[in-house]
Amino acid sequence: MEILNAFVLLSNFVLIPAISYGSQLALGALGVTIIYGILRFSNFAHGDTMAFGAMFTILFTWLFQSWGISIAPLPTALLALPFGIIACIGMVLGTDRLVYRFYRKQKAAPVIYLIASMGVMFITNGIIRFIIGPNDQKFQDGERFIIKARTFKEMTGLAEGMSIKVSQGITVVTTVIAVIILFWFLNKTRTGKSMRAYSDNEDLALLSGINPDKVVMVAWIICAILATIAGSLYGLDKSFKPFTYLQLLLPIFAAAIVGGLGSPIGAIAGGFVIAFSEIMVTYAYKKFLKYLVPESWEPESLVQLLSTDYKFAVSFLILLLVLLFRPTGIFAGKSV
Amino acid sequence: MKKLLLATAATVALAGGAFADGHSGVKLGIIFGFTGPIESLTPPMAAGAEQAMAEVTASGKLLGGKAVSSVRADSTCVDSAAATAAAERLITSDKVSGIIGADCSGVTTAVLTNVALANGMVMISPSATSPALSTVEDNGLFFRTAPSDARQGTVMTSVIMDRGIKEVALTYTNNDYGKGLADAFQSAFEAAGGKVTISTAHEDGKADYSAEVGALAAAGGEVLVVAGYLDQGGKGIIEGSLDSGAFDTFVLPDGMVGDSLPVAIGSDLNGSFGQVPGTDSPGAAKLIEAADGYDGSAPFVAESYDAAALIMLAMQAAGSDKPADYKGKVFDVANAPGEKIYPGDLGKALEILAAGGEIDYVGASNVELVGAGESAGNYREIEISGGKLTTVKYR
Repeated sequence: MEILNAFVLLSNFVLIPAISYGSQLALGALGVTIIYGILRFSNFAHGDTMAFGAMFTILFTWLFQSWGISIAPLPTALLALPFGIIACIGMVLGTDRLVYRFYRKQKAAPVIYLIASMGVMFITNGIIRFIIGPNDQKFQDGERFIIKARTFKEMTGLAEGMSIKVSQGITVVTTVIAVIILFWFLNKTRTGKSMRAYSDNEDLALLSGINPDKVVMVAWIICAILATIAGSLYGLDKSFKPFTYLQLLLPIFAAAIVGGLGSPIGAIAGGFVIAFSEIMVTYAYKKFLKYLVPESWEPESLVQLLSTDYKFAVSFLILLLVLLFRPTGIFAGKSV
Repeated sequence: MKKLLLATAATVALAGGAFADGHSGVKLGIIFGFTGPIESLTPPMAAGAEQAMAEVTASGKLLGGKAVSSVRADSTCVDSAAATAAAERLITSDKVSGIIGADCSGVTTAVLTNVALANGMVMISPSATSPALSTVEDNGLFFRTAPSDARQGTVMTSVIMDRGIKEVALTYTNNDYGKGLADAFQSAFEAAGGKVTISTAHEDGKADYSAEVGALAAAGGEVLVVAGYLDQGGKGIIEGSLDSGAFDTFVLPDGMVGDSLPVAIGSDLNGSFGQVPGTDSPGAAKLIEAADGYDGSAPFVAESYDAAALIMLAMQAAGSDKPADYKGKVFDVANAPGEKIYPGDLGKALEILAAGGEIDYVGASNVELVGAGESAGNYREIEISGGKLTTVKYR
């Protein structure tokens, strides 16, 4: 019983939040890593691409809500997601046409792309604020919880509760589906294979007749799909506020780099490493230990490794260590 | 351009004041941030202070009929060097008999320690709320009609204690406001016999608050005190706590109180409570009515009117406009015993004081000086019920 209580406690405050936050980071990091693999630059506009896709998902959600369409108990946003994706694809292909294609023709250095992407970031930022405003937007509807903490306690008779939100469930399921499809696409389809070839050795790929424009276009489309899914899931789970998407950029890049830039599997691993380390290192284990150790051993202090103030220091410390000892990341992507 | 115009206008006003100087008049300096981050707040604040001066002048009863005029100076709110220079000028070249200001806590501290102390000048600030100003060395020269955030910590303690709650968890937004309020609250609460299980900072605008919520939940407590902002991290913490079942009830200080919070969170917030500065004193309504050409209900206008009134009443009580003489009288006129004085009654108050009577200045912001010479502060205790903010009582 005590062990069960300890496990439930840990699940509620560490495992479940970390898994859903990790999934959101993993989806974001996948988008960053694919652009890095194909176009060879760090896309700083990715956070705002996520916000842009999420914004259109929200607008369509509101439209459907006003029409009275719903798929309760699931949130209407899932229905609106494909439309948000289409809008986001339009946006990234537009910016590629207007901005990045010019630099590609010049064969510009990666750092120039990076600066250009910052410009795109600020402009997207402005457009989003112009359309939907800088405030918090709520668009969640349908059922909120799969299981509530109180219901769980009553059902199991345990002292500790566990709650799982619908948005957390959807986040994990959607991430798994998206990742499976992505890996199938990259490993089994002709276009996916040509993308990997282009990423591994551009000259050789061009010689063997791969059309670079098509590869770039597909990369952007995948990036937009992943960004919109990640952005909408994040907005569904927390809330949509344009500013926080800018803040998401840091942990996303940390995840992509830790996992190895350019490596899709690394991006996923990196997302979970960052999410789990942020939450596990700063969690206070007092209550958890109380259940496990005999009463006389009960800790007086909170048994917290680091105060939550240092949450971000944790992910950057990991980033630093990885860059020092394994510059290519855990899964040997391209060196940064 | 606007700043240039404002500066020019201020200079002209100052020059005009200097030339119109009659030897029988009393001059009071007003040092507010007429340029800088709070430039939109300061014009009505200065107008409020000047209204008190006009009222006194019109009554013709101050120190046997002296006229009171104001000299404005710019504190900039953020630039301590500029504020110090401006205050220096008020004292040495304009020869003011008292200073109303400064406005922001940082420049107020700078002016007090660098200028007012050296020159023995009385300062009454209407808007500096930093707890640090309560303990600064002031030789009895510094007062404020605004409450210290330390006061809010005490009020919050009694709000919580009155509900029989003895153990709380505490989280604050990581800036001067959050940290100051959290520290003040923690010491007040522990002094009153309560226990703060954990005090942890949160950053605003971050992506995820699970780590903070996890730590707070592990430490436990009957309620969670959230000293943050209602549209920032404070809201994220509350949502995360409700979702994971960590806390059901929240204590909301002034930065968290607003109509948008119950709307955003929904019915789960019912039963949470807190406090915001506010008073049901009739003085506030009187000032709003009397305000001519400015908004009497704007932030810190009532406090500014009261700051000016207190200086002049103290002068009358001491029978002198020398700071060294009247600084000891500020407490006497502000607090009981005596007849209660509201805005518009300044003439009557001067008369009572001239006759040797006593007054209890209530003013527009319900002034009651405590501790090191700061307003006791009046707070409105609120509770969220039925998805709305409701007033429980005034403290």
